[in-house]
Amino acid sequence: MRSAFIEAVCRAARKNPQLWLLTADLGYSVLESFAKSFPDRFVNVGVAEQNMIGVAAGLALSGKKVVTYSIVNFATMRCLEQIRNDVCHHSADVKIVGVGGGYAYGTQGHTHHGIEDLSVMGALPNIDVVAPADPIESRLVADLVLGTNRPAYVRLGKAGEPAVHHKDPPFQHGRVIRLLEGSDALIIATGGLVEEAANASGELERRGLSVAVWSCPWLRPFDDGALRDAARSFPVIVTAEEAVETGGLGAIVARVIAGLGGERPRHVLAAVPATRGPSAISQASARALYRLDAKGLAERISEVIDVS
Amino acid sequence: MPRADSTELARRIRVQVLRMTHRARASHVGSCLSCSDILAVLYAAVLHVEPKNPKNPDRDRVIVSKGHAAAAVYAALAESGFFPTNRLENFAVDGEAFAGHVTHHDVPGVEVSTGSLGHGLALGCGMALALRGGEPVSRTYVLVSDGELNEGSTWESVLFAGHQNLGNLCAIVDFNGFQSLGRVSEVIGLKPLAEKFKSFGWTAVEVDGHDHQALKRCLAFDGGTSPPRAVIAHTVKGKGVTFMEDKLEWHYRSPNDAELHAALRDLGEGE
Repeated sequence: MRSAFIEAVCRAARKNPQLWLLTADLGYSVLESFAKSFPDRFVNVGVAEQNMIGVAAGLALSGKKVVTYSIVNFATMRCLEQIRNDVCHHSADVKIVGVGGGYAYGTQGHTHHGIEDLSVMGALPNIDVVAPADPIESRLVADLVLGTNRPAYVRLGKAGEPAVHHKDPPFQHGRVIRLLEGSDALIIATGGLVEEAANASGELERRGLSVAVWSCPWLRPFDDGALRDAARSFPVIVTAEEAVETGGLGAIVARVIAGLGGERPRHVLAAVPATRGPSAISQASARALYRLDAKGLAERISEVIDVS
Repeated sequence: MPRADSTELARRIRVQVLRMTHRARASHVGSCLSCSDILAVLYAAVLHVEPKNPKNPDRDRVIVSKGHAAAAVYAALAESGFFPTNRLENFAVDGEAFAGHVTHHDVPGVEVSTGSLGHGLALGCGMALALRGGEPVSRTYVLVSDGELNEGSTWESVLFAGHQNLGNLCAIVDFNGFQSLGRVSEVIGLKPLAEKFKSFGWTAVEVDGHDHQALKRCLAFDGGTSPPRAVIAHTVKGKGVTFMEDKLEWHYRSPNDAELHAALRDLGEGE
């Protein structure tokens, strides 16, 4: 997923001499192609994320388009106020890329669990927040955000994520991607959990349930319209994110559903709870523990729909 | 519009600051008065800027990282012709552009909004990086406070600018010796400050921050391939108003009617 994104950045940089890439001393075996091709527009600022974001904003306010790169928590929370004040408040053309979203670096310990980023970045003004599901979405997101002049936060996984799509899906700014059709329930998943949602749908199909799956890369702007339509046709809507339960996809969906009149669907919010498990935990184990994997998502749906 | 004499511009900035903070019941008077001479020398004698064309791409950039000195910044810009001085009456007025910390929205001549300390130097590094090597060279000036040098983020930027040899970057330290709760030397001392900058790869000079000729000499530079420069301007908080000088309370208080009249008399200004 990382490589697909950076390849897209390199392609864009060939066309746009104003595109710069900054890293806070991370990206071994990922950023070399950009560094080699565009040495004058590649800056390793050192392990100094606050300065990286300020420098990025200063470059952007002087006519550049800037991508910053680090691991999710360092890319966002270490320099949160710089993102808020210097990037968002000034609408600076900075794309903040965080790698290792969710539990991608799970066994590295809690410092590397990237699970609050969607909530935290979603609280900031004036910035797109996007979490692609696989390498194809990653490339589409890169092309799209690099084509705008707005701030954006892009949460990526790391490497080796399975393909969810086998060809380019219809892809638009702020819109969901309808992956699987269904009628009994709808799973709206973001990032790496789209694959788990698709597998959950397959498992439930064998048990006679028809479960639709959407990939929802855009947390902001969010596709309110699609959700409002879905709320009229699905009795159950499940949201799935490898992120904390406050402020992310589930909270956004709950907000929209709460504003609907009449009969509302049941909303099942699958996310990381406030009480956490062990610090060293693999992505697979974390998904299983928090019932975010295919099995867990299928169980959650079985609990609210009578499967005979 | 011909440029004002820097001494008269500094006096006008101070007069406006007093009127603005009195009218708005706003604070940070002392912080504004300590950097009034620096701003006056910049806008009257040093910067390549065009008040009627504030977005000229070849302009020098100014970032006032000590964003609480907003009244002085707005006054310097208005008195230099960036916008009419009567707009200063909107300082810190509900619903108006002129926020109590420096804002760039709808204020011609302000490059960036500031107010949280420790942001400006990184922004300045980015601008200097983008602009270096240009013809003509645009210089980037960042005015920081001494208290702001407590912020670790500032030192990330000092390290970065030295490593990148940003010769078109100048940091000006308004060293008035006070921070929010006391004297800098008592809260967390900075000395030897020039040596700190030098050890990070900068040139550093110390100057009387109220001596216009000395400031002009320090702030004029060609922005070429030399290291970044730090100008440590030794100033007096509340400078120019006798009863405000070197007093921490003027970080917080705003002048009442009688104090405004006395202060304006100090500055040779009729009522």
